[in-house]
Amino acid sequence: MPEPIIKVENLVKKYGQLVAVDNISFNVNQGEIFGFLGPNGAGKTTTINILCTLARPTAGKATLNGFDVVHQQNQVRHSIGLVFQDSSLDDRLTGLHNLRFHAMVYNVPAPARNERIEQVLNMVDLWDKRNKFVRTYSGGMKRRLELARGLLHYPKVLFLDEPTLGLDPQTRNHIWEYVLELRKREGTTVFLTTHYMDEAEKASRIAIIDQGKLVAMDTPAKLKRMVGQDIITVRTDDNTKAAEEIKSRYQTAVRKDGDQLSFNVDNGEEFLPVFIKESGIKIASISLRRPTLEDVFLKLTGREIREEEVGDSIKEHLRQRGGGRMPH
Amino acid sequence: MNNLIGVYTIWYRDILRFWYDKARMLSALLFPVFFLFIFGSGLQRSIGPMGGGVDFIQFMYPGIIGMSVLMGSFMSGVSVVWDREFGFLKEVLVAPISRISVALGRTLGAATVATIQGIMILVLAPVIKVSLSIWIVLALLPLMFLLAASMGSLGILLASRIKSTEAFQAIMQMLMFPMIFLSGVFFPMQDLPGWMSFIVKINPASYGVAAIRGLVLGSPPDSPFTIYLFGHAMTIWENVIVMAAFGFIMVILAMWSFGRQE
Ligand SMILES: Nc1ncnc2c1ncn2[C@@H]1O[C@H](COP(=O)(O)OP(=O)(O)O)[C@@H](O)[C@H]1O
Ligand SMILES: [Mg+2]
Repeated sequence: MPEPIIKVENLVKKYGQLVAVDNISFNVNQGEIFGFLGPNGAGKTTTINILCTLARPTAGKATLNGFDVVHQQNQVRHSIGLVFQDSSLDDRLTGLHNLRFHAMVYNVPAPARNERIEQVLNMVDLWDKRNKFVRTYSGGMKRRLELARGLLHYPKVLFLDEPTLGLDPQTRNHIWEYVLELRKREGTTVFLTTHYMDEAEKASRIAIIDQGKLVAMDTPAKLKRMVGQDIITVRTDDNTKAAEEIKSRYQTAVRKDGDQLSFNVDNGEEFLPVFIKESGIKIASISLRRPTLEDVFLKLTGREIREEEVGDSIKEHLRQRGGGRMPH
Repeated sequence: MNNLIGVYTIWYRDILRFWYDKARMLSALLFPVFFLFIFGSGLQRSIGPMGGGVDFIQFMYPGIIGMSVLMGSFMSGVSVVWDREFGFLKEVLVAPISRISVALGRTLGAATVATIQGIMILVLAPVIKVSLSIWIVLALLPLMFLLAASMGSLGILLASRIKSTEAFQAIMQMLMFPMIFLSGVFFPMQDLPGWMSFIVKINPASYGVAAIRGLVLGSPPDSPFTIYLFGHAMTIWENVIVMAAFGFIMVILAMWSFGRQE
């Protein structure tokens, strides 16, 4: 087994009173897609900022490609490519200018420069638009250009911080095709943060972070096996009574979810007909599904990963002003 | 080596941005011209000759050159804050080049753009009936560049400390306008009220403007435009030295401060 490409040991980042990253440790292996999953404000971006030398850790240690992120910043920077959560393009210049700038500061050798720029622009289907000013690009085009730029210097590790946030499903799929293709071709390690579950499924391993703490880390399949059972959701005429009944008859915990109840069982397909026959209460609706990463998260933290897109930042803002987790 | 390429790339981007920003170019030309002709023509008659054989417009002209250089370089300082606002600063800060070369590239870019803006005003010389020999023009170039580099790095210094665009703009305005208006652009140095004379003398921009004026209009020892420091009449070279010392400190501070930011 080769050395892990990223090693994080007891990393802490505080902003004043707020502990954004709370003593986390993990490794990322060469060539894997490592998913960093957690709700807004969990500390994902902060962790990335530390790993890419934009922020200094308050305590702890991290190395990337064998280089210390505090003491060997230049080497670390050479080893990484980034697609930030928020745009970091110069929109007063053209797409081509942006890539040239990048190629030069990353010291891409002059003979290879134009060829590579053409290659990455073709990959994200922006070659035809290369001479247009970035401010005229759509949100999806900008994100694709950033992706192309992040790949231009053949980084060892590509950081994707919520790379598809706010994009339409078609563009999201598109971007994923590029990333997966790249990984196959170049063996690039991908460090991905997201709060989309379907994207996290693409990862080889997932770390779940909540309120700055690492709460689980494993392959998606194993994480889901942790929840283990299938999930039954029912709506009945009398949920309180139904909950009592389910609890006593099947010895399983019942969760209230709006006007629905959900609980876990083994082998849901066989359970369902039996349950409907046995149930003393009138069932209005019932459904069965396999556990998802969402359920893993729910089980681990007791909360849902919120998947809202619009208004995220506003809520985030309110949450912070409310002092969410400031220790008083 | 890589850092040298970094400085060049950052500089080149500033030039490109200026080139594509035709509105900025136009305003860099129109604003000073507006001052020169509206103020100049309006006040010319009531003010009369300024001494030293020049009229008010001719007197103001070198000041206006200085003003456009000052404004141009200040504006480039602002663009560091814009880069932060629009995210591009992250791309720069995470690039494998030192922060110092980023700050240096920025300073040189700001100075180059501002010098170009100054040159645009030089073209007006014949209209103002100021004769500029090629030697004077050649001497003006490094002088404008020096003035611009000092002010540009002051802008970058502030931009690396003050994170919000609003606050930065407020401070820029509080700093830039007094610096321009109290640098002797619009009035000679003599017979000012005491407080004003004091501010003019501690304003580093005054020495840049005085040096430019000395070059453009000639500087006989008894010229009414001379700055007197403790009774001593400052020569062009002495003005340049004050400017250079200020510029040097500013560049160092800007590099240091830019290098420290997260
Ligand atoms: N520069 C900063 N100053 C103060 N607090 C910050 C800063 N950056 C992030 N935080 C706080 O740290 C926490 C983690 O933020 P972040 O890492 O951006 O979360 P995520 O990317 O998982 O949504 C949040 O509560 C956020 O408000
Ligand atoms: Mg984030």
